[in-house]
Amino acid sequence: MFEAIAFYLFAFLTITMFYITVSTSQALHALTALAAGMIFISAFFFILGADFLGAIQIIVYTGAVMALYAFGMMFFDTTREVKEKKGNKFIIVGLSTLAAIMIVTIFAAPIVSDNIIALYPSIEGVGNTQNVGMVLFTKYLVPFEVAAVMLLVAMVAGIVLAGKKMDLSLTLMSGAEIEADKEETNKKVLS
Amino acid sequence: MEIGLNHYLVLSTILFCIGLVGIMKRKNLLLLFFATEILLNSVNIAFAAISHYYGDLTGQMFAFFVLAIAASEVAVGLGLLIVWFKRHGNIDLDSMSSMRG
Repeated sequence: MFEAIAFYLFAFLTITMFYITVSTSQALHALTALAAGMIFISAFFFILGADFLGAIQIIVYTGAVMALYAFGMMFFDTTREVKEKKGNKFIIVGLSTLAAIMIVTIFAAPIVSDNIIALYPSIEGVGNTQNVGMVLFTKYLVPFEVAAVMLLVAMVAGIVLAGKKMDLSLTLMSGAEIEADKEETNKKVLS
Repeated sequence: MEIGLNHYLVLSTILFCIGLVGIMKRKNLLLLFFATEILLNSVNIAFAAISHYYGDLTGQMFAFFVLAIAASEVAVGLGLLIVWFKRHGNIDLDSMSSMRG
């Protein structure tokens, strides 16, 4: 009973938040709504008994990803209203419906055929975090290490890309200085 | 009123559709990234639900890797966006046609 109430409440909240994210014309509203939606999604993980995943969801998404977006937005002009693409409405609706049907089929196919057996069944009487640790560090050790290397590569790429000319501030420089800097960059690019 | 696997799959599909609509509707690249996050999260819900209802931890493992991929995507993508914004002063999709694509 409580599970149903929690499910419907958080489903409603999540859908509302994500709808605001994709429909608002203010970038800051979109960011805030997305952060709220991420927290509401972690509630589903807690309902489903995936405690560790829920905690990681809050830490990584709301703590790291959203903070990164918030800091990244300082570089962009976010006060301006976001202009929307003017596409054909029917194409958009049709493509979305088609994709949704495809996803339902993907998920429903194995359930209909009903031949799923637990590859790594969870051990009874052990907490979720302990279970996750056991499976992650035995069966999924190599993917785990690869993911670690991928995160390292992403970190280096982020620093190299965003950290270039961090010592210069376009907002504090005068117009002439910016122009001179641009000329220099163009020369470098052309040569 | 028992909440079954189908409830979660339907919810995940609805969220995925919202994300898809966002991807098709938006022109600002930052908001396109937001829509991508919605897509990844909706799939995570489906993974966790299947993992719970079949007593199998593989779904949760995949959700972890999706999380890792989302984090690295944000780091690299935001870096590229900042570089683009410094060069051109906007992050609209329409302005990114230097390859005449």
